[in-house]
Amino acid sequence: MSGGGGSPLLRVEGLRSWFPIRRGLLRKTVGHVQAVTNVDLEIPPGSTLALVGESGCGKTTVGRSILRLTPAQSGRVLFDGVDLLSLSRRALIPYRRQLQIVFQDPMASLDPRMRVRDAVAEGMRSFRIGANETERTKRVARLLERVQLDPDQMWRYPHEFSGGQRQRICIARALAVEPRLIICDEAVSALDVSIQAQILNLLGDLQRDLGLAYLFITHDLGVVRYLAQRVAVMYLGQIVEEGSTEEIFESPQHPYTEGLLAAVPSVDPDRRGGMSGVEGDVPSPSDPPSGCHFHTRCPVVFDRCRSEAPPLFRVGASTSRCFRAAPGGG
Amino acid sequence: MAGWVLSNIVVAVLLGTALGLTLAARRSRMWSDTFRDLWRRRRLAIGVIAFYVVVALLDSVAWVGGVEAGEDTVARYQAQSVLDRLFSDRQERSYSAPLADVEFYDGAPLRHPGTHLLGTDLIGRDVLYLSLKGARVALLIGGLTSLLAIPLALLFGISAGYFGGRIDDFVFFLMSTLASMPGLLLLIALIMVLGKSTLAVCFALAVTGWVGFCRVVRGETFKLRELEYVSAARSLGVSEPSIILRHVLPNLMHLVIITFVLMFSGLVLSEAILSWLGIGVEGSWGQMIDQARDELSRDPIVWWNIAAAGGALFGLILAVNFVGDALRDTLDPRTLRDAE
Repeated sequence: MSGGGGSPLLRVEGLRSWFPIRRGLLRKTVGHVQAVTNVDLEIPPGSTLALVGESGCGKTTVGRSILRLTPAQSGRVLFDGVDLLSLSRRALIPYRRQLQIVFQDPMASLDPRMRVRDAVAEGMRSFRIGANETERTKRVARLLERVQLDPDQMWRYPHEFSGGQRQRICIARALAVEPRLIICDEAVSALDVSIQAQILNLLGDLQRDLGLAYLFITHDLGVVRYLAQRVAVMYLGQIVEEGSTEEIFESPQHPYTEGLLAAVPSVDPDRRGGMSGVEGDVPSPSDPPSGCHFHTRCPVVFDRCRSEAPPLFRVGASTSRCFRAAPGGG
Repeated sequence: MAGWVLSNIVVAVLLGTALGLTLAARRSRMWSDTFRDLWRRRRLAIGVIAFYVVVALLDSVAWVGGVEAGEDTVARYQAQSVLDRLFSDRQERSYSAPLADVEFYDGAPLRHPGTHLLGTDLIGRDVLYLSLKGARVALLIGGLTSLLAIPLALLFGISAGYFGGRIDDFVFFLMSTLASMPGLLLLIALIMVLGKSTLAVCFALAVTGWVGFCRVVRGETFKLRELEYVSAARSLGVSEPSIILRHVLPNLMHLVIITFVLMFSGLVLSEAILSWLGIGVEGSWGQMIDQARDELSRDPIVWWNIAAAGGALFGLILAVNFVGDALRDTLDPRTLRDAE
């Protein structure tokens, strides 16, 4: 199952999530927020794919659509070969156990009225894991130890914990149902840098010990490098570049990736000088630019980019949605 | 079933529920902290409310027989509450001023001189007794109406906010329709149709009163639905009804408590207005005030009736509002002093 030839654990094909904009008395659809358009992803078992992009590029929607927390218009989400999007609500439930999510905001992702023990045991209750409540309590204690929290604190309420501790609780809650894939939606973005490192180490340890796969959604390329095997860069609802972490960092193919990399703060004084991120703001996803979506901000734009939308071109082991990567150089 | 039997059962149920809630609240840190805080800040107001509640309960426990009714033969065969028994055989013939020894107009000696603390009314009833009896009516109106209106508002508000779409459209249409009718006219019309009973008045007040709270619940549910712990619960395979019961409703409880307390005083006042219009509940303070209208034009004026009813009404409303205000400070996250 390992290596490039194995069948992937999760395979997303042509995922599209557009949100209708309705106006007027009859709620006529006057347009769409094109949050996600034709996204393809692949995650082999036990590996990490990072999904990177600016805020509003649709990366969170991808994660939520995979879990069916947000409805998708079309496309397929194959988990172990089963299309999650075509399952009925009832048939989906067993798959809920296999895919879990950890959110960005540790304040909003735990119910303030629920004790930690009950929050962590919630999934066990709905999937009937553990014979009775006493056994579930024991399991909660083990899980809290697993995420390096004191099991004696399980009867406390979330507000008694710090942000990093809450994120550990969220990870424990996800682990409670023994998933095979965890979607980390900006899971460390709200934390201090030192806490970020601790959580990233924890996630790495869990992956090694439990064989978890991660879809790591983030806007911060810096945290991606040490965790992910592959990186997909998203811009305005589309994947613009996908490749192994090494290739993305060493030889980015798409000008947007180059811009993102240039914007990563560096401690190396030699690299500080030529810092040039991507200029300007992301265009509205309800009215994306013609041709290549990135042409309004691209430093190397030429005429063809304005009229024609580039497909994903294959460059070695990666793909890039830029005419520069086209065979023959565009 | 006779009314007084039902009333006794209701008292028992209420006392049981109160005991159960107290025990449940003691186990929850949040609620026990809230009540401790409330007690520290509003001791007097809570004491006043407790007094009204005790009086209302005394007036709700009733049984037949064992009355030294004197001339009042009816009292022997009717169920008499504890309060009735405390004030039994206090009847005079007509008006007398507070603590007076003689009747107000013709100066005839009273049967019980100097014992009517707040005087007597037109047909010689003790005004203190009538005012105390009003407590039960007021609490009944406030409590019963809230019991009808709050579940209604929660049901419509949560389903509109949580499921959205057509359900939301329907609920919003309902709310807008009700809100576009003048409240008082709707009240009068409903009571005319339903007939003049306590239940009818409560029902009418509930129908006109649930809209405001429903709007709050809808908005709050809308917010809660988008929170990540609800998404997390969904991805943990928790069913939608369980999510509503486990995550949405508990996080609305503080609003329910605040609304209940603040709505309560408004409802008691609304009843007073209805009584003034002649469609209120029998025996309420509003009715006493309504009857006292004529007395104010007498010469010399009979002031103790309206003063007693108004004072009793004012005392309850003020105390409830004080507690409601403090409760909002403690429970509403927007005015919270520290992170909860």
